[in-house]
Amino acid sequence: MESLGVLLTLPMNPYLEAELHRRCHLFRLWESPPAHRKDFLQANAPSIRAVVGNATVGADAETIDALPRLEIVASYSVGLDKVDLARCRERGIRVTYTPDVLTDDAADLAIGLSIATLRRLCEADRYVRAGSWKAKGDYKLTSRFSGKTVGILGLGRIGLAVAKRAEAFGCPICYHSRTKNPNVNYKYFHSVLELAGNCDVLIVACPLTKETHHIINHEVINTLGPKGVLVNIGRGPHVDEPELISALVEGRLGAAALDVYEHEPDIPEELFRLENVVLTPHVGSATWETRKAMADLVLGNLEAHVLNKPLLTPFL
Amino acid sequence: MSVENHTAETPAGERELPLVLLLPPLFPHFHVALTHKFRFLKPWESPLPREEFLAAHACAVRALLCSGPTPVDAELLACLPRLELVVASSAGVNHIDVAACRRRGIAITNAGNAFTDDVADYAVALLIDVLHKISASDRYVRRGLWPIKGDHPLGRKLGGKRVGVIGLGSIGSAVARRLEAFGCTILYHSRRKKPSVSHQFFSNVTDLAAESDVLVTTCTLTAETHHIIDREVMLALGKDGIIINVGRGALVDEKELVRCLMEGEIGGAGLDVFENEPVVPQELLHMDNVVLTHHQAVFTPESFHGLLEVVMGNLEAFFSNRPLPTPVSE
Repeated sequence: MESLGVLLTLPMNPYLEAELHRRCHLFRLWESPPAHRKDFLQANAPSIRAVVGNATVGADAETIDALPRLEIVASYSVGLDKVDLARCRERGIRVTYTPDVLTDDAADLAIGLSIATLRRLCEADRYVRAGSWKAKGDYKLTSRFSGKTVGILGLGRIGLAVAKRAEAFGCPICYHSRTKNPNVNYKYFHSVLELAGNCDVLIVACPLTKETHHIINHEVINTLGPKGVLVNIGRGPHVDEPELISALVEGRLGAAALDVYEHEPDIPEELFRLENVVLTPHVGSATWETRKAMADLVLGNLEAHVLNKPLLTPFL
Repeated sequence: MSVENHTAETPAGERELPLVLLLPPLFPHFHVALTHKFRFLKPWESPLPREEFLAAHACAVRALLCSGPTPVDAELLACLPRLELVVASSAGVNHIDVAACRRRGIAITNAGNAFTDDVADYAVALLIDVLHKISASDRYVRRGLWPIKGDHPLGRKLGGKRVGVIGLGSIGSAVARRLEAFGCTILYHSRRKKPSVSHQFFSNVTDLAAESDVLVTTCTLTAETHHIIDREVMLALGKDGIIINVGRGALVDEKELVRCLMEGEIGGAGLDVFENEPVVPQELLHMDNVVLTHHQAVFTPESFHGLLEVVMGNLEAFFSNRPLPTPVSE
């Protein structure tokens, strides 16, 4: 694919970048200072036929419009909220993503975060590292995870994988989703509010769309309540972040685990002072094994496109 | 026989409740529930040295309630000629001289399954934390490093890992059941192969380690299992290997563990217990590939409630001459 001009939006994976450099004609978007970005795109537009973006910088309308020869957007992510899908549809631009390969990691993280939050694991680790453990028998009671009702928002690949794991802990499962899934026995709720009122741990695992923006709002948070736990492995904008913070500070929400934020990598500092949160820097797919698999999927999709073969994981 | 008021409590009412010797500490939550049904002898409330106190007051004592770490050793047992039952409020009984009890026909009961779920949950959480660097990246975030230094180093996937469980009792089995749902392969070592279990059995822990990516210690601490994870086992586990200890500190040779971690001979560890609690080796406090907790695995209201029921159940059964619910069999 030496003639394929690929625009890589960020340094997201050294192996992916090296392969793109080796096998394609690679343009690195971040090498142009933000003020000159439009000029950079304009200058290289005749060559760029593919964009590889991720959950942070994808392919928005402005970028797509600046690239008249764009044929394919191969996203290094499963979420496509940073790709202007409507524009792509209009222009007949193919869009691929990375489903399945990161399902396990995301689900593993969701459960790990749930237990870590209920059992105050990170707090305990901080306590020991600070040298605060002075007496044997020094303990505080934390909430059991096994048997707690887990509510899943979005029962797609990741949501189902979360459910399967939670079941092994004896957790009753309930969910809300755009449509009820006829193949599962889990209790379905017609609204996120009802879901929040009927679970102990609410895990966000749905795609980010106009409809799901701030789906976790003041009402939902209050309904989840002072003993409730919110786990967000979706996208930051799923949650009204300032509202979440005040709920945590005021005790209207019991605890939260966040892997994603409204303005990554900037996180409101009030969260740093809270003991009832676990904060991870968007690590849902961040293992060596999964990132390699994601990179290979991006490369495989680009190659299939160039060879006019069926795309491996097309979304559009 | 009269008992001084400050060493035994008799609630209002004339009923003579069964007498139980108490070794501290007793969880405060238990006190109210248990003192309705039993009279407790509390040696530490007396000015007399323990031996003298016991000689004066405990010769009729048939049951003893203890929490680790106060040892129930041969010396103590010798002061209790009529002792028939030791009720431990823990899963582990390594603080009890089990052999001496067996010789005297003294039954021992432990926490039964009261802690199983919480300890298993904790073991799984420690493993996910070590692999996905949850605590390490939480620290990174709180120090404001994400915008400055970029993404945190990558972790490792749990799915497909081979997990060697050392001790496939109720806690070990609960850990196995959970990890199977994450796509792990379970291998195990136990004193004897379990015919009803389909997981691959290893009679030798070093061989188990050689075939495993992770070792989880969920066995009792005895003379035989002391340092069951030693340098040989750690080297067999290998440079990417992870050790999760939710049993007792002494199941792992802690000095060797620190050395292996520092030298990169193993990949990481999740530790809820240590050889000399509350002392944690200084070197561990600076490592990002370990997760350290202060013996917290059982501390939930649910476990405590379950434990109280078990303790109560054992004492009531004993004093009514019924079979004990959770005897420890050796």
